[in-house]
Amino acid sequence: MAWRYGEVEASHRRGAALPRAIRQVLMEEPAMTAISSPAPSGRDYSLTGRDAKRAVENGLSAAEWYHTEIPRKQMKELMQRSDQPAIRDTIIWLGALILSGAGGAWFWGSWWCVPFFFAYGTLYGSSTDSRWHECGHGTAFRTQWMNDAVYQLACFMIMRNPVTWRWSHARHHTDTIIVGRDPEIAVMRPPDLLRVVLNFFGMLDAWHAMTDMVRNAAGIISAAEKTFIPEQEQPSAIRIARIWLAIYVATFVLALYLHSWLPLMLVGLPRLYGAWHHVMTGLLQHGGLADNVIDHRLNSRTVYMNPISRFIYWNMNYHVEHHMFPMVPYHALPKLHEMIKHDLPAPTPSILAGYREMIPAFLRQLRNEDYFLKRELPPTAKPYREELHNDNPVAAAAE
Amino acid sequence: MSDWVEACAAGDIDEEDVMRFDHAGRTYAIYRSPEDEYFATDGLCSHEKVHLADGLVMDDIIECPKHNGRFNYKTGDARGAPVCVNLKTYPVKVDAGKVLIQVG
Repeated sequence: MAWRYGEVEASHRRGAALPRAIRQVLMEEPAMTAISSPAPSGRDYSLTGRDAKRAVENGLSAAEWYHTEIPRKQMKELMQRSDQPAIRDTIIWLGALILSGAGGAWFWGSWWCVPFFFAYGTLYGSSTDSRWHECGHGTAFRTQWMNDAVYQLACFMIMRNPVTWRWSHARHHTDTIIVGRDPEIAVMRPPDLLRVVLNFFGMLDAWHAMTDMVRNAAGIISAAEKTFIPEQEQPSAIRIARIWLAIYVATFVLALYLHSWLPLMLVGLPRLYGAWHHVMTGLLQHGGLADNVIDHRLNSRTVYMNPISRFIYWNMNYHVEHHMFPMVPYHALPKLHEMIKHDLPAPTPSILAGYREMIPAFLRQLRNEDYFLKRELPPTAKPYREELHNDNPVAAAAE
Repeated sequence: MSDWVEACAAGDIDEEDVMRFDHAGRTYAIYRSPEDEYFATDGLCSHEKVHLADGLVMDDIIECPKHNGRFNYKTGDARGAPVCVNLKTYPVKVDAGKVLIQVG
């Protein structure tokens, strides 16, 4: 669950001038043959570029990932769907959205509108990140039309084309943080920290979302999009973009007619002023951790969070667990966490603790893009398969 | 020539559940519906090669454990993104407490 598939083409091959380092990726599946792939440093994040091709050739793409063993009976219990938790949460979410939006509109023109729009923006520009995500997986509700309805609404609010992002997210789960394959890598190496900061206010994400929407509405599907959206699905992406464009144009015209920013404060702009929470939590998912590995314990982070953030984020703070078992609904993730935590790195104890480890890692990656935080496993865990994640040749990594 | 092959005992699969069956280099998924009927499909998701036997059976639907793609396991029909290609289905019968599928 991350951002900016549309930026991949524009920002690929950053750091190509950095010193060469040897990175070995030893693969033994599917043909049990070992392949050593020395590569120059400098990642090519393009979905049609050098690293994309290499990931397919060396078996990193569509690989078999590590899973903690769970008996089938318990797994079935965890996977069970229920409408009740998501109906309750959706009523609270939409109720709070309507009340805060109405309060903001009522007090429009005075400072009293600020706290209302703060709440409204967070519910609009951040809660929708997790609603889009969970309903896209089809796990939030048991009833599929409910998943589809909330998915469409949340996609509109978070400005993610529901067709494009369904397919990009499938790829994200197939090839999580595999350079050149994963369209949803939030922080590429070396990190562009200005971009990260601007996205707390939705600046670049919203800009790219708008330009992608206009491009799709004009009937154009990019080369990167074509790598993960099947041809028969592309007309749907174009149709949705046209509907959205019409809604935004109507909102803008209404704002002009009323000589007021209020319509835009309610539709569109909350994606900017309310983005902070989903960026704050989203960066923690994979930020500063390993790339090009096939064990989610190495490239994903579970973080303990306060109840309000967990409501906004729909428990996606249990991110290792989610990637290992995407069939488990958000409301069952705490139980899954308790069941498998013996096999996972210790959870990061808070959002603040997460940033205290992640920001220094980002700064180190500015000097050495191969640096990453290696998650230590408890003695009760099954060890990493080092032959698949051989980071020894990478100087200074995993200190 | 198609052959009937014994896959498992009828009681090996819980109601509304699925089980993996490998035979002659192929993998199959055997289902037991909530109505206590048995069905069989290809064992791997048509989207990516993931074993459907690790997925979730809900009514007539099998959901892939990797990307949550859904199929009707009785007909093999793909039921929406990210699956687009139907599953091949196989005839199944229960004889003397054994589940047999017609492969080939």
